[in-house]
Amino acid sequence: MANVEKDALTGTETTGHEWDGIRELNTPLPKWWVYIFAASVVWAIGYYIFMPAWPTLHDYTKGILDYSSRAAHRAEMARVAEARSVWADRFREATVDEIAGNDELRRYAMAGGAYLFADNCVPCHGAGGQGGPGYPVLADDDWLWGGTREAIEFSIRHGIRSESDETRYNVMPVFGDDYLEDEQIAQAADYVLHLSGQGGSDAGHELFVDECSVCHGEQGTGLAEMGGPNLTDGIWLYGTGSRDDVMAQIRNPKHGVMPAWEGRLDDVAIKQLAVFVHGLGGGQ
Amino acid sequence: MNHEIFEKNVILLSIGILITVAVGGLVQIVPLYTLDSTIEKVDGVRPYSPLELAGRDIYLREGCYTCHSQMIRPFRDEAERYGHYSLAAESMYDHPFQWGSKRTGPDLARVGGKYSNDWHVAHLIDPRAVVPESVMPMYAFLAEKELSFDTAAAHMKTLRALGVPYTDEQIENAQADLLNQANGDADEADPDALLARYPKAKIGDFDGKPDTITEMDALVAYLQMLGTLIDFTEYKPEMDYR
Repeated sequence: MANVEKDALTGTETTGHEWDGIRELNTPLPKWWVYIFAASVVWAIGYYIFMPAWPTLHDYTKGILDYSSRAAHRAEMARVAEARSVWADRFREATVDEIAGNDELRRYAMAGGAYLFADNCVPCHGAGGQGGPGYPVLADDDWLWGGTREAIEFSIRHGIRSESDETRYNVMPVFGDDYLEDEQIAQAADYVLHLSGQGGSDAGHELFVDECSVCHGEQGTGLAEMGGPNLTDGIWLYGTGSRDDVMAQIRNPKHGVMPAWEGRLDDVAIKQLAVFVHGLGGGQ
Repeated sequence: MNHEIFEKNVILLSIGILITVAVGGLVQIVPLYTLDSTIEKVDGVRPYSPLELAGRDIYLREGCYTCHSQMIRPFRDEAERYGHYSLAAESMYDHPFQWGSKRTGPDLARVGGKYSNDWHVAHLIDPRAVVPESVMPMYAFLAEKELSFDTAAAHMKTLRALGVPYTDEQIENAQADLLNQANGDADEADPDALLARYPKAKIGDFDGKPDTITEMDALVAYLQMLGTLIDFTEYKPEMDYR
């Protein structure tokens, strides 16, 4: 290395490197940078002492504070639960009808239910509960499994054709597979359309009573305890209620699945949702 | 000053860089293999069934991880939305893990069981059919494309070489298990054998097409088991504070 020399113009030392007569200044680091660097080193040493830092053979140094992000998270969740317990305890003890009957509790349920609904229910039932093909409308008064708050709560808790042991469950038989003739299926479809005043004919009345009324009721108004849909209201879960749609559903029925929310959502959340869904417009 | 030696000798410089980087790497990586607390000791986590594994391959192939994470962090907002924070044990059989670092869509670590099979199929075919504001691309072709699963057993063997504890029995039955899981309602199905080998596996005709096993079947089977293996009512978080 060459002798240290100073640049005449700036008074700064040079590095001694020279390329084609161009020499490089060895400008010292700015003081503020040096101090921050030194402070960072001191901070790191402090961090080693207070926080979990170094691995040992099978464990690691815990530090004086013994910090754990998971423990901190649990503590925060416990604080949240504590703050909510004012409401949550009252929710756990009350039935959904009692909640709806109390102004304070109902407001809390509607506010919380709106968030829970957006997070969990909207993907299938739509942002306003407007439903979609295969997903029931929750904002009208046509309920497959009953539209009381308790019935709604049960449906949310245990789901429909879900994996829960207490799930709501029914299966519409396959009528097309050599069970009914094509003419009979057409006749039944016409009768179903007749029931909701969309034309059709009542020629299939006897057939309907024999084959369909067990679940859909003699008048076709549905049986909520069996999840048998009302066929007289012109509201269709699959398709738009055309003759082809109805025949397709008789021939080889589609069945929807709603997951059981117990376990994923807690008791308070389920009750909030039941009150909220009931309040979407069509609750009974 | 001696750094001139490195500056003027490219071989020495390379070796020097290698040693420096290696130290940095070793300090970060080696302790993960020696620490007892890297992976929690919990019940329930099992290797993927052949159908789930095939679905996971499609998940990787389509780059789902570029928009969906599988890592619920121990934060209140994430726990409230997605559920219990993810454990390392839940991805210990993932090669590579799918934690991700981008959430254009929601986290999927616990999406299993949240929606019905029909919903997943409708959503993958056209996300906007069920979620109007979605920006997710359409994956309708998955429902048309037959799943190629000749290599299921070989895939499991490879994973076994990487440390996934597949048994000989599981590898021998790879094809049968895959068929069983995707055709749950078929007469020849033997769900008990499948469930004995892969507890909590979701069985069924996922895509509503009983005649064929499509890539849609596999992907939905994978999505429906995500985050479902550990029973968190039994889990003792105090044991795994870190």
